[in-house]
Amino acid sequence: MENWSLFSLCVLLGLTSRWAVSFHSYSGAGKPPMFGDYEAQRHWQEVTYNLPVHEWYFNTTNNDLNYWGLDYPPLTAYHSLVCAYVAKLLNPEWVELHASRGYESHSHKLFMRATVLFTDILIYIPAVLLYCFYFCDGSSKQKVATALCILLYPGLILIDYGHFQYNSVSLGLALWGILGLGLGWDLFGSLAFTLALNYKQMELYHSLPFFCYLLGKCIKQGLIGRGFFQLAKISLTVLVTFALCWMPFLSDPKQPLQVLHRLFPFGRGLFEDKVANTWCSLNVLIKIKTLLSRETQLFLSFALTLLFILPSSLKLLSKPNLWQFKLALVNSSLAFFLFSFQVHEKSILLAAFMLPLLVKDGLLLPYVVTSLAFLFLSLYLLSHLTRTNEPLFWYFPFLVISVATFVWLEPPAKFPDLFPVLVSILSFLHFLGFIIYFNLVQLMEPQRKKSQKKTN
Amino acid sequence: MSATSHLLKVVIQTVMAAPMTNDQSWFYALALGVSFLKCLLINAYHSTDFEVHRNWLALTHSLPVSQWYYEATSEWTLDYPPLFAWFEYGLSHIACFFDKEMLVVPNLNYASPATVLFQRLSVIVADVVFFYAVKECCKCLREDKGKDLLGKPSFILTVLLLWNFGLLIVDHIHFQYNGFLFGVLLLSIARHCQNRHFEGAFLFSVLLNLKHIYLYIAPAYGIYLLRCFCFTQSNADGSLQWRSFSVVRLVILGTIVLSTFAVSFGPFIALGQLPQVLSRLFPFKRGLCHAYWAPNIWALYNIADKAFSILGVKFRLLDINKLPKASMTGGLVQEFQHSVLPSVSPLATLVCTLLSILPALFKIWHRPNGARGFLRCLVICALGSFMFGWHVHEKAIMMAILPLSLLAVDSRKDAGIFLMLSVTSHYSLFPLLFTTQELPIKIFLMLLFTIFSLASLKTLFRKGGALLNPLEVTYLLGLIPLELICEFVYPLTVWQKTFPFLPLMLTSVYCALGVTYAFIRLYISLLTCSDTTKKTKMQ
Repeated sequence: MENWSLFSLCVLLGLTSRWAVSFHSYSGAGKPPMFGDYEAQRHWQEVTYNLPVHEWYFNTTNNDLNYWGLDYPPLTAYHSLVCAYVAKLLNPEWVELHASRGYESHSHKLFMRATVLFTDILIYIPAVLLYCFYFCDGSSKQKVATALCILLYPGLILIDYGHFQYNSVSLGLALWGILGLGLGWDLFGSLAFTLALNYKQMELYHSLPFFCYLLGKCIKQGLIGRGFFQLAKISLTVLVTFALCWMPFLSDPKQPLQVLHRLFPFGRGLFEDKVANTWCSLNVLIKIKTLLSRETQLFLSFALTLLFILPSSLKLLSKPNLWQFKLALVNSSLAFFLFSFQVHEKSILLAAFMLPLLVKDGLLLPYVVTSLAFLFLSLYLLSHLTRTNEPLFWYFPFLVISVATFVWLEPPAKFPDLFPVLVSILSFLHFLGFIIYFNLVQLMEPQRKKSQKKTN
Repeated sequence: MSATSHLLKVVIQTVMAAPMTNDQSWFYALALGVSFLKCLLINAYHSTDFEVHRNWLALTHSLPVSQWYYEATSEWTLDYPPLFAWFEYGLSHIACFFDKEMLVVPNLNYASPATVLFQRLSVIVADVVFFYAVKECCKCLREDKGKDLLGKPSFILTVLLLWNFGLLIVDHIHFQYNGFLFGVLLLSIARHCQNRHFEGAFLFSVLLNLKHIYLYIAPAYGIYLLRCFCFTQSNADGSLQWRSFSVVRLVILGTIVLSTFAVSFGPFIALGQLPQVLSRLFPFKRGLCHAYWAPNIWALYNIADKAFSILGVKFRLLDINKLPKASMTGGLVQEFQHSVLPSVSPLATLVCTLLSILPALFKIWHRPNGARGFLRCLVICALGSFMFGWHVHEKAIMMAILPLSLLAVDSRKDAGIFLMLSVTSHYSLFPLLFTTQELPIKIFLMLLFTIFSLASLKTLFRKGGALLNPLEVTYLLGLIPLELICEFVYPLTVWQKTFPFLPLMLTSVYCALGVTYAFIRLYISLLTCSDTTKKTKMQ
């Protein structure tokens, strides 16, 4: 069968599963007064449409930051604004200032789901297709298989089309960045990644590899002459992009500070809820959340993140090729996930997302095993989201049985949180294992087939 | 979870065509994959058929057998034969564990999440019969060699059947049990291909007692079994050898069929309820056409009548006052009164149907072509009944498409006809899902199936030119603007309020053209096909 037909079948399968998942409930459905992420996104449309720019990130009478205040960078806000314009056309009630709080209806749900699908088709899916087409080794069948696996990756589908978020935008833009770097279009790659960063600050997880790769490449080209010139061009691109995105906020020095304050809420503590990272798992044994002061916690998390990210970044700096770059992405995002401050369980998407990119002969097994681990984690997310028995369950019929044990089986009264904690600890151990494994792979570079090496 | 990782491994291996320890693992991967998709669709829109089956669960569970065909609390009375009622009875015992309330007859339109889950799961699980049947059908393919997995006829056939758009849409969204029923049909066909005729006949009798719509194809079975099985030999040129008639075989066949019917209808005959049962099974439904015209001859007939009446009024050949009231502005009403052309009665449709299938029946009597000829005749019987039947439902087209898939992977001409028929009739199923939420699903799935069938069949028969001629391609491409107009443009126009039926009518008529064309081509291929097998396979 021809390539185009195979790829279109993959896309269609991906789109079908996405839309089918969207039939189910979203976060916070029917749960006043706060509802959930879905209401947050709707609220941002309301805020960005009705209020002037300088009020978006501030606590004013019209903008109560305690009710889902904006906590993503400006590009998300602009995106919400565009969606709000469309919403206004379809039904002004959806974005009525104050009056539309907690608005829920079938047609509104369809609209919101459609916005996710639209951006997915526009940004994420083309990036995946191009990536698989140009950067996967092997026969066309292998490329199609990779595309299928990435497009059917359950984590992203469940979060974006179930829970409700726009991760496909930031991940898609990051992927365009990777594509750009892979094709040798460093400026385009930097531009795309900067946009991703300006969409969700979680992309910082990937920023160090991008930085080290580009810096290393420029150094290789010689810091006097071409390399320096290239570095200057890249830096200029990044700065200009930042400036353009933040332009409305640069008039008053208070603005960017407030935005940063919203983006990085250090006041919220080491972790919230059950996350499969070090701090949450450690907390089971030693109550570090209460034992250490907030400053110590911040310092500890910063130090450990840096510690785990340093070897990988230095290696990349010294050997800036695509293979190292991809591994560094995995290691960096795992390190941030495991050790940084205020991590949400959804951040694991960033590490998991990179892994399918590594589907080559040698790494097939870890990928399959990783999927198990991530399935395990998504299981946890499902149990977390479906305390009210929402039909989001039905995605993995086999796994329903396992989830059922967690949800229906009564945990011992002394440890009411036993099962979620067990799940997150087990997942954490998996991730710890992975970060060690992938660091080893990156640093030691076991013998690989010559054909797989991609040098720039 | 190990099953999921196995699935992932298998999917990747499948596409890479790597040497596998288990050659058949791709089949299970496809089956599992489509089952996952079906599970995702659990929350989709379901039609009144959902309530129909819930009602039947309730009445078979709560009422004694003597009441089953008399119960009328709900408007959806039991109108399937007794074996299906027993099937629902069996299901109702499992339903107890999900939600006892659904088994209470007065709970009309009861649709708790547990009920939805149970009913949807029952369809998904019942499809196992279909999976098995597809596996058996793959064994009947003449040639199963392919350079790689994607080019193997058995792989293509499996996808065409397991991932059939019509079945997914009708069974797992609209809600019916066609997968299970077609599983029995395909299994019966497979048994005939494998020369296990007693089993095939038994399965078909069971099928008739599960859903009597399969009477459409009973003539094909009857003539074929009589000609090819009861007469054990044919002459060298393929003609009938009267002396080889085997009374034993006829008697055994008769016994099988009659005993199946006896088990099914026996209790009701004993209770003296046979007339009541028959009246439920064959209700004298009003109207030549269903509310949405199935894309058959009568849709074309209706539109011709409307056109003539409009023209007639325009050219003052007809007096507008003398025409039936609703004919000018009425759209899709059940009792369509014809103004210019003669009205059609149920008897007329029966006669037309019989006339349409007689040549095919005669052909396989005269010069049977083994199992393949039988299959072709079966498809023609199904299609003929669809084309000319009374009060036909557009879903009935599935009876023609699924068996035709078997022929499509075997011969070029059939592949071309299959493409025409399947794309057209799948499109004609669109009005079944009229909700906005399901719109992307039906478009994605339609594209998925169409692209796959086009690409895979094209690759399979790449030697020998294109499968579809330019006219056919243009017709099929015309479906795209038709869809855009009917579902996107028209609702925004002012005519949506005054003539709301127009898109449905357009869809009906446009598809009727394609279906009629496929019917004619299929007939031509049956009547002109030469005997590729010297002797029939039955010995």
